[in-house]
Amino acid sequence: MYYHWNWGILFAQEPGGSGTYLHYLLVGLVWTLATALAAWVIALAIGGVVGTLRTTNHPWVVRLGNGYVEIFRNVPLLVQMFLWYFVVPELLPEALGDWIKQIPPPWGSYIPAVLCLGLYTSVRIAEQMKAAIQSLPRGQRYAGIAMGLTQWQTYRYVILPQAVRIILPPLTSEFMNIIKNSSVALTIGLMELTGRAKAMQEFSFQVFESFAAATVIYMLTNLVVVLAMRWLERRVRVPGLIAAAGATQMAAH
Amino acid sequence: MGGFDWEEITSNLPYLFEVGMVFTVKLTVLAMIGGIFFGTLLAMMRLSHLGWVSAIAGGYVNLMRSIPLVLVIFWFYFLVPFFGAWILREARPIPVGTFYSALITFTMFEAAYYCEIMRAGIQSIARGQVWSGYALGLDYWQTMGHIVLPQAFRNMLPVLLTQTIILFQDTSLVYVISATDFLGAASKIANRDYRLVEMYSFVAVVYFLISFSLSLLVRRLQAKIAVVR
Repeated sequence: MYYHWNWGILFAQEPGGSGTYLHYLLVGLVWTLATALAAWVIALAIGGVVGTLRTTNHPWVVRLGNGYVEIFRNVPLLVQMFLWYFVVPELLPEALGDWIKQIPPPWGSYIPAVLCLGLYTSVRIAEQMKAAIQSLPRGQRYAGIAMGLTQWQTYRYVILPQAVRIILPPLTSEFMNIIKNSSVALTIGLMELTGRAKAMQEFSFQVFESFAAATVIYMLTNLVVVLAMRWLERRVRVPGLIAAAGATQMAAH
Repeated sequence: MGGFDWEEITSNLPYLFEVGMVFTVKLTVLAMIGGIFFGTLLAMMRLSHLGWVSAIAGGYVNLMRSIPLVLVIFWFYFLVPFFGAWILREARPIPVGTFYSALITFTMFEAAYYCEIMRAGIQSIARGQVWSGYALGLDYWQTMGHIVLPQAFRNMLPVLLTQTIILFQDTSLVYVISATDFLGAASKIANRDYRLVEMYSFVAVVYFLISFSLSLLVRRLQAKIAVVR
């Protein structure tokens, strides 16, 4: 058995003429991060709100939130990707659907990919958020009410500032998940890092160099994310809350 | 688009389920068994007192957890034939087919996730249990096999099953190597008849019904175990 190793391929020109293969992969990383970050904003906004609403005392709001979570959690990401890309434009009014189908290449798959990943991740954040809020001692809520705060004020000034600090560590792993999950967008034609590694393998026939390069780039990205989040955790840390953070991680599992 | 074509779904049910779903379920069950087996071994390695043993297992688990599953599927799809040739001392890569390629991929990938669950399970067992095993004259494998693992397994059963539901959903990614799993079968029909709305909506509903009912069962089991303890 033999395989012709050729690491020099990374510095050879890619057939599209945009530069070296390494440059081609790094542009893929930019697309991966652009997809992940945009989806992250959606996920944080919706997930934070839904997770918080599920801890309030309005039964139908809680039920609605639970339903939302169950729907997005029990359908595979790839199937959701296809729903956004193939099915949603057909269900909209015809003129709007046709307009969506004519969005030029990178954006035509970028937008559905961001929406899909954003909503998919939002339910995971909603779960973390709910667990974080429920891990706070009940006395915190009672103290807020006893001081005459409304429910909204209790959340705004007492519960959420603590909950947000508690979910930072699980959010780190959720952010790495969204980066990894963005690779599923290659199935709807988004040329992100994994998609480009696959394309590089097809152009150059250097299978293992292509995938090894992508693997190393993903690992370095993870490292940067972990270090950045650790720095953020230190910045916002409130002395005495560390024990509570450990408790949610247990609850979230 | 012109109306939802139910006929498209009903006429293709045999193909969707007898070919597609059988592939998906077989892959899920076998990868679960293999994944839990290797995952448990990895967990034992990670908890080993020998530094290098624990480092190897830790490195493997971290590698698998830091790259996307799609990339892992591609890796194994190309790597397994070369590995087969190396073991059998053949000059050419051995073709293995999409099913076995997917099975090896998911077994090895999920092993990393099952490992983390089993590690938590083993660590949840009181140290005294291990010491009493040794005090009775049992060796490492007997203590593990008869005392620690059965309890760890029992404690972690709901989490292991939840991970298996995730595995069931993740198997849809074999689409990227053109395997005919449930989604792959639906996708082939969808593109042949140009009926993407019907097929993909149906697939989503079926995945939802299966995953949701399984997760309800797991929740029930969790409540039951909690009472027993």
